[in-house]
Amino acid sequence: MWQFFHKLGSPKWFYGIAGRFMPWLLGAGLLLSLCGIVWGLLFAPQDYLQGNSYRIIFIHVPTAFLAQSVYMMIAVAGVITLVWKMKVADVFVRSVAPVGVVLTLLALFTGAVWGKPTWGAYWVWDARLTSMLILLFLYLGIIGLGYAYSDEKTAARSVAVLAIVGVVNIPIIKYSVDWWNTLHQPATFRITEKPTMPAEMWVPLLLVVLGTYLLFGWIAFYRMQTEILRRERRTRWVRELVQTGGQSQLKTGGA
Amino acid sequence: MAFESFSALVYMEGHGPYVWTCYGAFFLLLGLLAWYSVFERRQVVRAQRDQQPLQTSRQGDSSDWGRSGEASFQRIQSSHSETASKS
Repeated sequence: MWQFFHKLGSPKWFYGIAGRFMPWLLGAGLLLSLCGIVWGLLFAPQDYLQGNSYRIIFIHVPTAFLAQSVYMMIAVAGVITLVWKMKVADVFVRSVAPVGVVLTLLALFTGAVWGKPTWGAYWVWDARLTSMLILLFLYLGIIGLGYAYSDEKTAARSVAVLAIVGVVNIPIIKYSVDWWNTLHQPATFRITEKPTMPAEMWVPLLLVVLGTYLLFGWIAFYRMQTEILRRERRTRWVRELVQTGGQSQLKTGGA
Repeated sequence: MAFESFSALVYMEGHGPYVWTCYGAFFLLLGLLAWYSVFERRQVVRAQRDQQPLQTSRQGDSSDWGRSGEASFQRIQSSHSETASKS
């Protein structure tokens, strides 16, 4: 376990291992999410209360779930950056923060569009919605702070501190629907209970959730590889990789 | 199938515009993210490829300089090139 942890600290090793996982993550991710989306859009039954507008759930919940999970991962990577000064952890934070922005934007947008036919308004200053908006600003803050320093180590430390402080927002998002009276409906999935929806609705949703997690794995690895190439451009292995490898080696990792 | 016809699927009893807008945004933004990531990778690799022959010729021997078909300027060691090679 510790050996694995130490190896993970080496950008070269990580570059290679990421390349091996990526095709599987992309393939399985696309398969699961597309199956779930087609099932949800075409075959799942109508909701008795919301009609067909509920079909937005099949993309709203996965993006919202993932937006929060990605932030948690960033915070954990922030701790690793501060405690063990592991380069790959900072590479992760910087590479996936833009992915987090896209996911949060999608969760907010799909939520707003769903809100119109359901609540009669695109936006209300509700606890769940506001805390998600704060999550978007946290992601933007992480990206901005990363660019604010020319020294990479100082930038890494500052970004890590911001990520860790911002994690306080995650339980607020999660429990906002229980703590306050909100318009937003309660959680769709709970680990301890059976879903309240029928299986024809929650199974496709679960497929899309799993699929988007795998797709996130793919895009995270791909972007991390790019960041590693950029940061390690003066090292011998990157020079050799670029010179001799060509596209195929660059894709699979080559190291 | 939850819909009887294609037009029923598109219309979704009035909810079609909301549902399809969301799915459109989902695929558009994720597609853009993937495209931009590939674009960034290509830029990094291209920048590295463009820079590399420069670095090797600076470090390499002088016989490399007068290759046929290229400009026949003689390289003179200057303070600028020294600082550039250090960076």
